[in-house]
Amino acid sequence: MKRTKQLRIKDLRVDEQLKAELGKQGIFATTLQDLYNWGRKSSVWPLNFGLACCAIEMIATTMARYDLARFGAEVFRPSPRQADLMIVAGTVTKKMAPQVVRLYNQMPEPKYVISMGACAISGGPFKQGYNVLKGIDRYIPVDVYIPGCPPRPEALIDAFMMLQKKIDAQQLTGISRPRHLNAGEASEFTVPKFGAHDLEPTQNPAVWKVPLVQISNAPLSKAPDSKAGTDGSGND
Amino acid sequence: MDLETIKSELEASIPGARLEVIANPSPSAQHSLLVDAGHGLAVAQYLRDIARFDYCSNVTGIDWPPKELSEKIKVKKLIDGVEKDVDEVRKTTIPGYLEVVYHLFSQEKKLGPLPLRMRTADRVAGIHLPSLTPIWRSAEFQEREIFDLFGVHFDGHPDLRRILMWDDFVDHPMRRDYVDPDDYEYEPTAHDQVLQRANQHLNEVGGK
Repeated sequence: MKRTKQLRIKDLRVDEQLKAELGKQGIFATTLQDLYNWGRKSSVWPLNFGLACCAIEMIATTMARYDLARFGAEVFRPSPRQADLMIVAGTVTKKMAPQVVRLYNQMPEPKYVISMGACAISGGPFKQGYNVLKGIDRYIPVDVYIPGCPPRPEALIDAFMMLQKKIDAQQLTGISRPRHLNAGEASEFTVPKFGAHDLEPTQNPAVWKVPLVQISNAPLSKAPDSKAGTDGSGND
Repeated sequence: MDLETIKSELEASIPGARLEVIANPSPSAQHSLLVDAGHGLAVAQYLRDIARFDYCSNVTGIDWPPKELSEKIKVKKLIDGVEKDVDEVRKTTIPGYLEVVYHLFSQEKKLGPLPLRMRTADRVAGIHLPSLTPIWRSAEFQEREIFDLFGVHFDGHPDLRRILMWDDFVDHPMRRDYVDPDDYEYEPTAHDQVLQRANQHLNEVGGK
């Protein structure tokens, strides 16, 4: 190990070669960070919580054929106080959104969110409806998104493995440390209220900002022209 | 099942009931019975108890916004001392109303469906209709849904509250003139009308 003036956390990592060498001699060497991450990623307990048809796929994932128990996540907790992972499985209606955010707030840190299916990501086929939230990431931070309608159990397992990799790569110190080890970062998020026409606020700016994307075949400078307006009224 | 027979039976037993058979010109020929709101409950009672329509499978609402009709008529006018036929456009406005449709079946007599319609006076103040939940219990939640989405008030309903939207919500989303929340700021696969609305947002952001 190199000697430096300032001791940094990355210098405390066990050299992989040294680790293998020690292993041959019957000595197991690791770091607290590796042990901590290994413990967290191997027993992620999801919240027993489903919103729509995606929840059926989530249930199938936990059953014998797909067997999520292989990844240490078979213990679905019926209480947010005992859960580490919220799988937002299904359509989040605007009427349900405050309850979802409240359940997330009630979960202890460290906590993770998988946004499962088209509806939970963006509103899906109900995106232009009046009653469906256009993505749960407008109110709570999401770690892994799974596209699909509904996603197959393999996709959920893939997302779960991706989450495990994400947990495994987390540094316990430094600026990239996870939220629960950063006292300055909020662990609770604004619960939206029922307004007269929509949820208030319609999004949490601390979590979600409008992605500035250039929509294809729609030049930014082009003003909404009158021809387009007549097309719209013709549909009625 | 002959609607005209049912209609004449109803007229005979319920004096004052204004009934009308609305023909369906499509091949299904599913004609319906329109009843005035004042006699709705009595007609429903008769249909269940005497005509044995014991099952109400579905209740739904329709919004008919005010319709403007313009028709061309020929008017004789004196132009330069000569009488000529002149085309004149006359515009008439049919006031809007809300309509509720009950689909009735008779399990006993193997009859149905009999669509029973009721219309409100207008779309603003006269939005009261008699609730048929006391006659067919299955109408309870669907009348609540119509109250929620169309804004029809059912008098005599045991528990008239919103069922899908929250209590503080003020709009009726299934009405034709409903304006949905303008949250089109992010539309990754926008097209047609959605594309226009997303573009309006993009221009606002670009202008800042």
